[in-house]
Amino acid sequence: MIDLEPLWLTAKLALVTTSILLVVALPLCYWLAYSKFKFKVVVEAIISLPLVLPPSVLGFYLLIAFSPENGFGKFLEEHFNLRLVFSFQGLIIASVLYSLPFMINPILSGLKNLPISLQEASFTLGKSKFITLVKILLPNIKASLLTGIVMTFAHTIGEFGVVLMIGGSIPKETKVVSIAIYDEVQSMNYHNANVYAGILLAFTFSILLAVHLINNKFKQKSLF
Amino acid sequence: MIQFYAYKMLQTSKGTQPLNVSFNIEKGQFVSLYGNSGAGKTTILRILAGLTNAEKLLIEVDGEVWDSSDKKHHLSIQKRSIGFVFQDFALFPNLTVKENLEFALQKNDNKKIVEELLELMELESLQQSKPQNLSGGQKQRVALARAIVRQPKILLLDEPLSAVDDEMRFKLQDYILKVHKHYKLTTILVSHHLPELYKLSDKVIVIDKGKILKEGKPNIVFSEQKISSKFKLTGEIIEIIKSDIIYVVNVLAGNNIVKVVATEDEINNLKVGQKVLVASKAFNPMIQVIE
Repeated sequence: MIDLEPLWLTAKLALVTTSILLVVALPLCYWLAYSKFKFKVVVEAIISLPLVLPPSVLGFYLLIAFSPENGFGKFLEEHFNLRLVFSFQGLIIASVLYSLPFMINPILSGLKNLPISLQEASFTLGKSKFITLVKILLPNIKASLLTGIVMTFAHTIGEFGVVLMIGGSIPKETKVVSIAIYDEVQSMNYHNANVYAGILLAFTFSILLAVHLINNKFKQKSLF
Repeated sequence: MIQFYAYKMLQTSKGTQPLNVSFNIEKGQFVSLYGNSGAGKTTILRILAGLTNAEKLLIEVDGEVWDSSDKKHHLSIQKRSIGFVFQDFALFPNLTVKENLEFALQKNDNKKIVEELLELMELESLQQSKPQNLSGGQKQRVALARAIVRQPKILLLDEPLSAVDDEMRFKLQDYILKVHKHYKLTTILVSHHLPELYKLSDKVIVIDKGKILKEGKPNIVFSEQKISSKFKLTGEIIEIIKSDIIYVVNVLAGNNIVKVVATEDEINNLKVGQKVLVASKAFNPMIQVIE
């Protein structure tokens, strides 16, 4: 019988990461879409880095940064009693950074595709930027929001390299499904590896299928 | 009373060009801005609304300074008493017609105005529809109604009639006049449709390459070049026929073929396919109702 703990841990990690990213992404995307800041492209490039960077590279740098041997890690440990290497908290931070472009890119392109006049019309009707974002902009990019949420969730489930570098394989703390599969294969338990892999495959496929179905519906309804 | 002055470098298809205009508008006037595209008409509306900045500017409305160059005064877009009808209407796709209007209500506004406008603009039967299910003319009416919910002092219309056919255009002009009078608005319309300007405006400001060319009543402004007992048509030569000792040149102007008599000397300069001007002076045109 397989251990269910990694499945639960994976779901928890994906859920927490997605929630944090949604909160972080909305103001960030608003700023990226409408600010006239000169070096915005640099920020955009940094956000997209995890798309091309090997996860082990990101994991390696985070490992160095979070290590209690070094400045930042030492500071966290001394002042907040927080250790981010080989802990669930560390996994969350790594996942947030690693999945950032998967949340940002769909929402950002959704905002950029909206006619600027929608926002301007709302302003001329006396509405603040915040009201405009919440009542006009976001409801008109539902499909992009959904894509961002689901892609982030699915991508976090599929993490391996970053988790391995910074989390290792500590049961109930950092041993997520992808790591569990690796461990099972290492110890020649092909049956267990198969079950884990099958569950991941079926789960990720069904959420992606759902998102495409819903998006098609949105597209039929909306002009944009 | 609106006092407007702005100086701004504009990026146009022919390079940069300064917009440098200054004008006054009386309360309750219907003013049209007329000129070629790229002349800076829309920019003027946007500067007045606070949607676009300018290097130098002074905007004063009823004695209140909305904008000044020294940045001491800058009223945010939200606080300006304006209604803006955008060229693409900018209706909110996630809201119904009624919700689009209600969105414009401020905190303590009476909701009655929404009902009143729906009735005035004959939108009652459409109030539960989403904008994407409306025709161009219906969208335009919703946009107009929405711009008036706040009961602004100034109504700004950015070529709102350019996307509809002539028949709809006439009807919508009536709606615009109706709200202009009913809500005692000061209205500024951007347009390059002459009949429209005649019908609607008290005053026309002609803008060319960022400068004011002329301003005044429409019949005075356009009397010199546009309206006279002289007919001018531009068209294309489609055929030159020899008939005895003279020639008949068929010119296609719009949907009409005009036959013009020409001598052999004149023919030498003409070729089929050429763009030509057909002009005639000193005759009595007849006028007939066609609708």
